[in-house]
Amino acid sequence: MTAFILSRTWQAALVLLVMSFVIYSLIGLMPGDPLDIMIASNPGATPEVVARLRAIYGLDQPILYRYAHWLLAAMQGDLGFSRTHSQPVLVVLIPALWTTCKLMLLSFVVSVALSMVLGIWAALKPGGVVDGVVSLFAFAGISVPVFWLALMMILLFAVKLHLLPASGLSDVGNESFGDYARHLVMPVVTLALSSIGGFTRFVRASMIETLRMDHIRTARAKGNAEGRVVLIHGLRNAMIPVVTVIALSFGSLFSGALVTETMFAQPGMGKMIFDSILSNDFNLALSGLLFATIVTLFSNLLADLAYGWLDPRIKL
Amino acid sequence: MSVMEGASVERAVSPWGLRLRRFRRHRMGMASLVILAVLVLFCLAAIPLQMTGMDPDATDLFARFDPPGPGHLLGMDEAGRDVLLRLMVGGQISLLVGLLATLIGGAVGIVIGILAGYFGGRLDTALMRFTDGMIALPLLPLLIVLGALDLTKLGFSQDFARSGAAGFWRIVVIISIVDWTSIARLVRAATLQIRERDYVRAARAAGAGAAYVMGAHILPNIATPIIVAFTLTVGRVILFESVLSFLGFGIVPPTPSWGNMLNNAQELVTTAPLLAVYPGLLIFVTVIAVNFLGDGLQAAFDPRSEK
Repeated sequence: MTAFILSRTWQAALVLLVMSFVIYSLIGLMPGDPLDIMIASNPGATPEVVARLRAIYGLDQPILYRYAHWLLAAMQGDLGFSRTHSQPVLVVLIPALWTTCKLMLLSFVVSVALSMVLGIWAALKPGGVVDGVVSLFAFAGISVPVFWLALMMILLFAVKLHLLPASGLSDVGNESFGDYARHLVMPVVTLALSSIGGFTRFVRASMIETLRMDHIRTARAKGNAEGRVVLIHGLRNAMIPVVTVIALSFGSLFSGALVTETMFAQPGMGKMIFDSILSNDFNLALSGLLFATIVTLFSNLLADLAYGWLDPRIKL
Repeated sequence: MSVMEGASVERAVSPWGLRLRRFRRHRMGMASLVILAVLVLFCLAAIPLQMTGMDPDATDLFARFDPPGPGHLLGMDEAGRDVLLRLMVGGQISLLVGLLATLIGGAVGIVIGILAGYFGGRLDTALMRFTDGMIALPLLPLLIVLGALDLTKLGFSQDFARSGAAGFWRIVVIISIVDWTSIARLVRAATLQIRERDYVRAARAAGAGAAYVMGAHILPNIATPIIVAFTLTVGRVILFESVLSFLGFGIVPPTPSWGNMLNNAQELVTTAPLLAVYPGLLIFVTVIAVNFLGDGLQAAFDPRSEK
């Protein structure tokens, strides 16, 4: 087990290192230049001045050198300065990370709970009416564009019915818990709906497969109540593959979070990455992407470890 | 169907005939096929309309937000362009991106998967670690960065970088770069199963080269899961295209796509909500039909399914 954990952690670290270089190079290929605002705001900047500035900031160095320089600083906790926020990147990043984690965790809990109920219910009678309705719902969840779902929620609940606020974390001057909760409803529901379809289909498939097994027949033959057969004998065995897949997809919630945060103006990582790329805030974009990669890599690592722990046959 | 009729059909049917027959019994799959055919016809209907002189990009600022009427069945958008015509042309773009990116990404996935599965060993380990690393990445942020790259810094000319064609091919290429992993894994797993079958070993023993064995024996025998995976990928790619174009990193206006028609949707929701409904509804219907089609194909191709 220790060897398994070590090898997986080592792999994740390697992927992170490679990705940090890829992201660093990609950011360098974005339009603009770290100096363009400085130059544009200074009409007296002659080509010689520009060249000297480039030398001062090390922009005339080869990319590998600049990358090594950045990596060394990053490992010491210096991620640079955000030019749109006029603050160190970490000061901008940490509250955003917290907002995103809150959004992702809440939606994750909602969608896992709901998909378990729906998936098990549908699996009780494959091909039945409930199964049909649940399948339709699951397919709809997989197929709906998240940003459009968010738009339709805003249209219905904010514009037409005036029930829920469409944007922000809270109303200005209102610090109550209820107000925070009201602002979270639509983002959380939207993000949950985007992942619930896949989860439900998976729970259903795994449950149907398990309920066909011999030990379920034995459990019924012994005279167990149906509820006990399904929940104790069925669910426990059906959960092994489900836990892995669901844990693996926690990281992919990040893509949905980017869209949800942008649509509902939640100041999280996703919106921050989006805004920083739009406004050429290179340091912030770079660190944001890196943290997004860390979040997904870390949750995938946990999923791998959970699988190794649940299924003792997996050994490395 | 009488017993006699059933028996006489059973006798002569080929594997593909059998699959076709099974698929035709899958109600949602068949319904999806019909819906997709209607959608394609709807999008292609723009071609005769454009030949009569209608222009999807022509703006008429006096006709902004005009309600539906004769000549403009769904009204005008925020720049005074015909909404219906833009939906048709935008659909062509969205569907084409979906198909092309799936074909290119799928081809990459097939090559990687079959090489890893057939040769095994170190090549397999290296390719699958690469695939695992790719799967573990946050896709949408990565796609946004790729969509924001300055093509002139990659050595393309300024004229090309600004052209509509560049915008179109850029999105096809970047989606293919990230979305090949599920097909690669599936092809590898299927190849591993087929590789040790007797007929493959016989072919190898008879002196067949690796390329021949892969092309003539392995690919045809893993075709059905690949077809299903391609179908499901088309749906996913259409969703990627729509969100990228919506966020402004995909198909760039004036060229319409279902995604970028929603660019101003956040303001439209209060002023002209229907304009925010149509394109999204078309994306939704297309993708759900594609997914049900994939489900139907999977059921039809599954040898364990009855009849």
